[in-house]
Amino acid sequence: MIPELGHLALILALLLAIAQAGFPLIGSLTGHRPWMAMARPLAYGQLAFVAIAFAALADAFLISDFSVLYVSQHSNTLLPDIYKFSAVWGGHEGSLLLWALMLAGWGAAVATFSRNLPLPVVARVISVLGLVAIGFLLFMLLTSNPFERHFPVPPEGRDLNPLLQDFGLAVHPPMLYMGYVGFSVAFAFAIAALIGGKLDAAWARWSRPWTLVAWVFLTIGIALGSWWAYYELGWGGWWFWDPVENASLMPWLVGTALIHSLAVTEKRAAFKSWTVLLAISAFSLSLLGTFLVRSGVLTSVHAFATDPARGLFILIFLCLVIGGSLSLYAWRAPQVAEGGRFGLVSRESALLVNNLLFVAFTVLVLFGTLAPLIYEAFDLGKISVGFPWFNKMFLALAPFLALLLGIGPLARWKQDDPWRLTRLLKTAFVLSIAIMAIGNLPIVSGGAAWVPVGLALATWLVVAHLHLLRERLQHKQAGWPRALLADLGGNGRSFYAMVIAHLGVAVFIVGVTMVSNHEIEKDVRMSPGDSHELAGYRFEFLGARKVDGPNYIADQGHFLVYRGKRQVAELFPEKRAYLGGGMPMTEAAIDAGVFRDIYVSLGEGVGGGDWALRLYYKPYVRWIWMGAVLMALGGAIAVSDRRYRNARARRSAPAGVLDAKA
Amino acid sequence: MSKSLRFLLPLIVFGALVVLLVFGLGKDPTKVPSPLIDKPVPAFSLPELTDPQRRVDNDDLKGQISLVNVWASWCNSCRQEHQALMALSSQTDFQIVGLNWKDNAEDALAVLRMTGNPYAMNGYDPDNKVGIHWGVYGAPETFIVDQQGIIRYKHIGPIDRQVWEETLQPLIARLKAEE
Repeated sequence: MIPELGHLALILALLLAIAQAGFPLIGSLTGHRPWMAMARPLAYGQLAFVAIAFAALADAFLISDFSVLYVSQHSNTLLPDIYKFSAVWGGHEGSLLLWALMLAGWGAAVATFSRNLPLPVVARVISVLGLVAIGFLLFMLLTSNPFERHFPVPPEGRDLNPLLQDFGLAVHPPMLYMGYVGFSVAFAFAIAALIGGKLDAAWARWSRPWTLVAWVFLTIGIALGSWWAYYELGWGGWWFWDPVENASLMPWLVGTALIHSLAVTEKRAAFKSWTVLLAISAFSLSLLGTFLVRSGVLTSVHAFATDPARGLFILIFLCLVIGGSLSLYAWRAPQVAEGGRFGLVSRESALLVNNLLFVAFTVLVLFGTLAPLIYEAFDLGKISVGFPWFNKMFLALAPFLALLLGIGPLARWKQDDPWRLTRLLKTAFVLSIAIMAIGNLPIVSGGAAWVPVGLALATWLVVAHLHLLRERLQHKQAGWPRALLADLGGNGRSFYAMVIAHLGVAVFIVGVTMVSNHEIEKDVRMSPGDSHELAGYRFEFLGARKVDGPNYIADQGHFLVYRGKRQVAELFPEKRAYLGGGMPMTEAAIDAGVFRDIYVSLGEGVGGGDWALRLYYKPYVRWIWMGAVLMALGGAIAVSDRRYRNARARRSAPAGVLDAKA
Repeated sequence: MSKSLRFLLPLIVFGALVVLLVFGLGKDPTKVPSPLIDKPVPAFSLPELTDPQRRVDNDDLKGQISLVNVWASWCNSCRQEHQALMALSSQTDFQIVGLNWKDNAEDALAVLRMTGNPYAMNGYDPDNKVGIHWGVYGAPETFIVDQQGIIRYKHIGPIDRQVWEETLQPLIARLKAEE
């Protein structure tokens, strides 16, 4: 009964979405206010019904209702409750429902936090979100209904993929989806502005906080995914250039370009058509990401579903959404005056190059991900673009981004004096060269050329941003501590947010550089009582025994790790066989530290109590995720900047700018 | 470039991309109608990974059903698939033959030492010399070769329980029955 209610709620949500896409938009074009005013209640209604559907599915999972096909495929009575809940989005149908729920959530959030926006703008934004919702709800109801029943009812479910029975993967998809779906709001604002025919600073200011929030979620989502891959796959890697990882990276890259471009549009009224195009692209790539994962056009570990019928639906949906918005762009954008001229040496130029680099990287990732398809389509022979290719591309572009990142924030808007910049950056340059020289010593670099380069770039970034802080604070009369506090309480928060996010990049660079060039891994065969030295640590293997988990049986190894005489860690790596069947899973044991991780993963039992094992020493690997966390933190602080709250409180200021009828 | 054309460009690029994806969709890669299906295995001879003195060639794929698995140590999906292959390696209806592709021997051997060796033998193909004739364009891929050395099926992507139960196992059972 409850699953049928969920199904019904989905159908009602679809009807509401159709109303949401239609009435407010038509109202905004004809100037009919009551129709425009329907936008908010419809957005709330949409959320309510999708939430009911979601709750119904969650209920089916929690009570293990295996008469629901989807539940029987992805759950099991032995599954711990938390994974029963996260199993809701452990498969194709449920993750779509999660998408729809988040989309409705973002819609309701726009309805709530847009009190000061002109009604036609709100109406158009919510209508565009409604259009997107129609696509997703139709997709679910036509091709992937999560509430489908089947008969006979199996006594036991098939179990959730063991890979997904993990905290990291329970929270990774929701974060990622929050980011993907969040870009729909930036997209909706862009489309609303194109429909309204006015792209201006006010538009950029409205969509900036939304875009930032989406970007923060996406950043955290990607970092979580990387962290999960690191500890769960048992191979110590943190990024694999897997098509699905790429699918999340592309919107992130374009989204990063977008938040920078929005800043220019808001402050200098420049880059308008660029910004709109980036907003459309970020969301399009989010959709494409969904498409690549779901349709089976590209297969990957993560692929939940491969079904050409679904693929065709998404393709048509993609064509309508992206093709439609790009047509709208081609039609309306030429009428937008490009304001804000700027000189060759200026912050605008730096940000433009920054955007171009991000876009170039996105195009490369897109090409690499689609290369097998491209070659297939044109009969160019066969190709596999793998890990080394992507790494090469990344290394070809990333250093330029880092260099630019040291210059851009110091440059002035509009026009700057190259000599002033040179003077400012002198110290950073000298220090970077010094670090490069130190990094080049064999004891630091271990012979790897990228070590001095990476460390020098990180130094460059840090010193340049310290300059920036000094520049800002030294002219304040109250003395810097008070100036800092005043800034943080006042309108300056976004400045510090930027500094934090950029320092996150430096931290990330150090992490990537060190772990890529200095990690040590070793395959060993050990008998109980054996010890093994690795990177100054002594691993003592005490043996392995069988342990019972809630829904698995594991071989659990027992290790003591010593540094000199001191014991630094006790590790219990496992190899689990899940009772629901399927493949055994490796659970690596990790002793995490700021400067290094020690990582043991259990291979195969080779008889007589001996085990094949893999030992890792991973220097600075945490810095990769700490960097990402700092970037996300920067984004979050930027959203809290008072400017946006003021914008919310100020009722009339920007109103009317976008009021013009199409 | 005229101004309006500049704004049309994104739409044009997208159009091209769509054409590509439609192509891709038509050619669902998980069941690529490989031109090699129902054709004999292309002539090949490769050094054996664990024992370079030995060769792996067409004769090794005759007389019993073979599951020829294309893999590499750098390929993440292969690592996932590896455990499924380990579980299958105890079955006697067929042999699992590896094609170690675009890899280097040292890394590949490390994988086998670490996670076990499900392969009866492994052709070592670091330069894609044989892979290209087999039409390999990514790893992992798996070919089912019958007793006469004829390719009967190609699966792209990792083998998991579903693929095994729904596709490969029935196919192998059928080939076994044909015997």
